[in-house]
Amino acid sequence: TVRVSWPCGGCSGRLRQQTWKIHFILLFSRQGKLRLQKWYTTLPDKEKKKIVREIVQIILARHQKTSSFVDWKDLKLVYKRYASLYFCCAIEDQDNELLTLEVVHRYVELLDRYFGNVCELDIIFNFEKAYFILDEFIIGGEVQDTSKRSAVKAIEDSDMLQEVRLRKTKGKHLIFLHLPCLTGA
Amino acid sequence: MAPSLFHVLIRTIRTARTQAEEREMIQKECAAIRSSFREEDNTYRCRNVAKLLYMHMLGYPAHFGQLECLKLIASQKFTDKRIGYLGAMLLLDERQDVHLLMTNCIKNDLNHSTQYVQGLALCTLGCMGSSEMCRDLAGEVEKLLKTSNSYLRKKAALCAVHVIRKVPELMEMFLPATKNLLNEKNHGVLHTSVVLLTEMCERSPDMLAHFRKLVPQLVRILKNLIMSGYSPEHDVSGISDPFLQVRILRLLRILGRNDDDSSEAMNDILAQVATNTETSKNVGNAILYETVLTIMDIKSESGLRVLAINILGRFLLNNDKNIRYVALTSLLKTVQTDHNAVQRHRSTIVDCLKDLDVSIKRRAMELSFALVNGNNVRGMMKELLYFLDSCEPEFKADCASGIFLAAEKYAPSKRWHIDTIMRVLTTAGSYVRDDAVPNLIQLITNSVEMHAYTVQRLYKAILGDYSQQPLVQVASWCIGEYGDLLVSGQCEEEEPIQVTEDEVLDILESILISNMSASVTRGYALTAIMKLSTRFTCTVNRIKKVVSIYGSSIDVELQQRAVEYNALFKKYDHMRPALLERMPVMEKKQNDFIVKCNKDTGAGGSMLNLQKSLCLDVMEMTSVMLRMVSRFCKSPDHYFFSAGIPSITAYNKNGLKIDFTFERSNTNPSVTVITIQASNSTELDMTDFVFQAAVPKTFQLQLLSPSSSVIPAFNSGTITQVIKVLNPQKQQLRMRIKLTYNHKGSAMQDLAEVNNFPPQSWQ
Repeated sequence: TVRVSWPCGGCSGRLRQQTWKIHFILLFSRQGKLRLQKWYTTLPDKEKKKIVREIVQIILARHQKTSSFVDWKDLKLVYKRYASLYFCCAIEDQDNELLTLEVVHRYVELLDRYFGNVCELDIIFNFEKAYFILDEFIIGGEVQDTSKRSAVKAIEDSDMLQEVRLRKTKGKHLIFLHLPCLTGA
Repeated sequence: MAPSLFHVLIRTIRTARTQAEEREMIQKECAAIRSSFREEDNTYRCRNVAKLLYMHMLGYPAHFGQLECLKLIASQKFTDKRIGYLGAMLLLDERQDVHLLMTNCIKNDLNHSTQYVQGLALCTLGCMGSSEMCRDLAGEVEKLLKTSNSYLRKKAALCAVHVIRKVPELMEMFLPATKNLLNEKNHGVLHTSVVLLTEMCERSPDMLAHFRKLVPQLVRILKNLIMSGYSPEHDVSGISDPFLQVRILRLLRILGRNDDDSSEAMNDILAQVATNTETSKNVGNAILYETVLTIMDIKSESGLRVLAINILGRFLLNNDKNIRYVALTSLLKTVQTDHNAVQRHRSTIVDCLKDLDVSIKRRAMELSFALVNGNNVRGMMKELLYFLDSCEPEFKADCASGIFLAAEKYAPSKRWHIDTIMRVLTTAGSYVRDDAVPNLIQLITNSVEMHAYTVQRLYKAILGDYSQQPLVQVASWCIGEYGDLLVSGQCEEEEPIQVTEDEVLDILESILISNMSASVTRGYALTAIMKLSTRFTCTVNRIKKVVSIYGSSIDVELQQRAVEYNALFKKYDHMRPALLERMPVMEKKQNDFIVKCNKDTGAGGSMLNLQKSLCLDVMEMTSVMLRMVSRFCKSPDHYFFSAGIPSITAYNKNGLKIDFTFERSNTNPSVTVITIQASNSTELDMTDFVFQAAVPKTFQLQLLSPSSSVIPAFNSGTITQVIKVLNPQKQQLRMRIKLTYNHKGSAMQDLAEVNNFPPQSWQ
């Protein structure tokens, strides 16, 4: 991507059309284990792996007293640690970093609402749910709903639609149990 | 036997104590999954793909599950579709051959009776649909954009955004559906609608003009958000739907830019948001930040602009590092246009130089350089020199360059100037850019009354340590030039030191021998020794000896010099004094660079941009002289060569053709000079022609003034303009150009990428 500042009065200056989408979202533990990766751009698998390694290293090395923003290539990384999980969003250089922190926070809130006192184990054992919730919140790198309730409600309604009945075990971990399909198929 | 339960697998894998153990478990499981896939077992496909996706996240290959994902998507079961679409989004991006096979399924699911299935399809298409898929399904998306179901409508809007990004030509077809989007009450639909409108306006000036009429409505919506009471669903720390507020502010920015009426219409609401937003939490500041960006970008009245800068000033004092970071970034953007307002915050900005955060430091540094002027130069330089001393290595080169530039522009006295240069050379001598050396030499030459002082200080600086190459080069050159002043102890500015001719030659010879000296540095040292043959009286024989020794040096450059200098002693001894005479004061060519830097390149990095690359290669000049055996009295201009670099046609559309020709500097290999020639083959003139260019981040760009703004018709004349590109990392040159002009009564605009640069232009 190419970017320059223009001399015109007051113009913050971009040459190419500005898109403000999120480029990718990564969740990883303090040991650097990846828990979720959502890419809103197309890249070869090898490239993605390289990027993840690089970024995990950069962020884990960050001092506690630094800002939540890292200039990385053409993008900006916005990250925040919640308990044992790092949430990292890659945004365009000209995007609003402070708002992105709110986006990250909202995602955590949605996870919390769904799982109830969400912890890293929930994300590990129910990673597909973490993705489903994310996909109700963000599409194509843009926020689709700003309501706290509706995203979780949609997931819960979808859960009810599943032919394979889910049953909560002790604690919060859901398992797939194969029960006879309700439609008899 | 039923394959292991999903969560059981996860639990099992997590018990692995080593990477090897984990790999073994995974391989076993993969084998089981593969054979299950081969058996075409519908029952367990879902569970198996889920397991595969987990293993994929751990880094193991999962491509053999791609087709299974397709089968899951095609299944009637919702459970299957859910995992199938998830798998597709993770494994089936547009680079995969089977990606397109999804199209039909997605099309069917877009019309499914269950909205959650439609949602899955919309989400998948909107996240990763290829251009072809988007083309095929755009019609379906457009239909859903008009549905009354807000759950689907908001997803369709973002799907449309993705389609437009992939296939911009399809934008028109979504126009009718946008008609009533902003009348929605549902925040999700509102938000995504604003995103869609933003995308359309950014991509098309026509759309932008068309949607300007929405400004009043957007202002109303924003006002309602601010004035409305508490809404638990959208509240964040007492602020109602900050996400929507920010997106509206952004759209307003785009609509208000370059348009007086629209800017006027949003003036009040911007002032309102700017003054009433709660600043105790991050969310309020996020809105304020966006507001500031909007105010600075539209045609706002001065009172509003001052308000915005003051918000940034307050941000600078905030304890939260993130807020300070954001403030510095924004101030950097506005420092050129609102210079005085930003000056008021100078001391706070300078304090940020001491911050722990590297990004904050960098921004503070760039901003500091932008704020240096004749009044504050002494104080600012003090801070910046201190910063140069203590900052991380990654900053030193830029900081040194910036200090040189600022010093040259605003030095209150010659003595101060020399001292500042000395300070930089001794503090960060090894980080100083190569092209700074000729520059500094010229400066020193022109400060005639400071020669004795300068050579003395430089001599003292390298006595202890001659490892910093730029410092040593400048010092060698000075000693060669003014060595006589050094030994005669003529310094007025400070206590003159006692030094003999032999001592001077000692240090120069040490430089010649030292392993730390670069080849170029040795050249400087040898030439300096040679020049001293006309300035020293007692040690001429010693000099002759040194010079003759290097006549057999392995270093070809050095050898050539030595041989030529030898010849000077032997055959041309009568010319030696004249040839090695003191350098005259040099005319500064192209010092309009610096002024242009400030004006043309806008934010922040003005001081750090392309510096003068003055050609002052004494060694080259000396050998030229000797060959021509003529008296040299004036420094040659830049050496540029264009031989052998083919020109290119960078743009050729609608009768407008733009050619690029290239020149390279042979003293600074990072500089490429591009001359553009724009011609017009149509039958009407193109007027108000503006050429703009942008390059990737690692490059720097300097655009000089064009020859005119009118390209006459029928190829009867051209506009020429010079671009200078600095490419220190020698990366492949790429450029985006933006052309605006008036033709046949309408405003034309185009963007293009130039990718056909010949390798000789940047390698």
